[in-house]
Amino acid sequence: MKKVYANAAEALDGLLHDGMFIAAGGFGLCGIPELLLDAIKDAGTKDLTFASNNAGVDDFGIGILLQTKQVKKMISSYVGENAEFMRQYLSGELELEFNPQGTLAERMRAGGAGIPGFFTKTGVGTVIAEGKLEKQFPTGPDGAMEDYIMEEGMFADLAIIKAWKADETGNLVFRKTARNFNAPAATCGKVCVVEVEEIVPTGSLDPDTIHLPGIYVNRIIQGTHEKRIEQRTTRPAA
Amino acid sequence: MWDRNQMAARAAQELQDGWYVNLGIGIPTLVSNYIPEGVEVTLQSENGMLGMGPFPVEGDEDADLINAGKQTITELPQTAYFDSAQSFAMIRGGKIAMAILGAMEVAENGDLANWMIPGKLVKGMGGAMDLVAGVGRVVVVMDHANKHGVSKVLKECTLPLTGKGVVDRIITNLGVLDVVEGGLKIVETAEGVTEADLRAATEATIVD
Repeated sequence: MKKVYANAAEALDGLLHDGMFIAAGGFGLCGIPELLLDAIKDAGTKDLTFASNNAGVDDFGIGILLQTKQVKKMISSYVGENAEFMRQYLSGELELEFNPQGTLAERMRAGGAGIPGFFTKTGVGTVIAEGKLEKQFPTGPDGAMEDYIMEEGMFADLAIIKAWKADETGNLVFRKTARNFNAPAATCGKVCVVEVEEIVPTGSLDPDTIHLPGIYVNRIIQGTHEKRIEQRTTRPAA
Repeated sequence: MWDRNQMAARAAQELQDGWYVNLGIGIPTLVSNYIPEGVEVTLQSENGMLGMGPFPVEGDEDADLINAGKQTITELPQTAYFDSAQSFAMIRGGKIAMAILGAMEVAENGDLANWMIPGKLVKGMGGAMDLVAGVGRVVVVMDHANKHGVSKVLKECTLPLTGKGVVDRIITNLGVLDVVEGGLKIVETAEGVTEADLRAATEATIVD
């Protein structure tokens, strides 16, 4: 049961094919699997569908796969920071499916938990509800009926995520807000590949502090991350 | 008339001790500067954090610690981190007492539009649809009129909705309005604004 691979290219070997569906972790540029995205670029895999909250910026994150026209469709909640994305979308080269952010996260979580559909209030009465099954539940005050729409769980061919530390069995620890979509994305892939800043010996992580157990993780690489900051904001020193 | 900071200060009066609150981008972000003394609120950032602290001092920026606007921030003693699924579970589950959000349009029935202008660049709804559907109370803070002087407080929204019947209270540069049966009710007017001014500036039905 060897999960540790030498580098991103080796960790993705045999897992990539044109037209596949990939769930990726990260929020903005925070906690994105930057090394695995680089390796997918190098592999040249095409017609990819990505479920990812954002689409990176022009030269970082999923943005680099847009430059090389490897992405066919994005499923995202917010894509405002990427000029090449907008150019391809407006010219019809790129498909875009907007999911509300919480619906996207829950679709990943549900898929990973074997739940193919769930009902949510999010998007009721909006364009998001169009074409979706509607049902009422007695969740209002005094059991009043309220409207819900059905959303589908997500089942990806591959999940690529970033964590802070892993042990050799794939138990993961995330750091601060870099956890974000990485945990739910990991669970919804048939295979999950994780990149970490440090692989530590099995037994050195406190079992009570593991954020995602290794059962969800198939392959692990350690690497050096750029960890770019999108909006550097500071306050004056006291 | 209130300026941006006065609107934020007025919105801060909505906060109650012990509440967990989500603040949107823009004027709502300024609300954290005016939290009344003796009121402890915990700010949620929907990318996976409760207990959001101020911006870091230069040199302390951490790429792993950002808010929902992707700005570098800091943690507090009570901070907790979690993943995006859990973040929206607490939002949808009604655990967040209030969201204070900006808007493009609000209608008298509580409909809210703040994510999309057809024909213009659409960036996405982010977490706004989940927030307005899930939190206990939705307060909108925005200018009463758009750049062309046209009321943003309408009988019916013209833009695609973020949520249907979700707004509880509207705070604008002219005053405060509540969404009630049959229309909007004036709660108060800003300094130098009369009720007649507010009525004249509002397209929506105002009930007594």
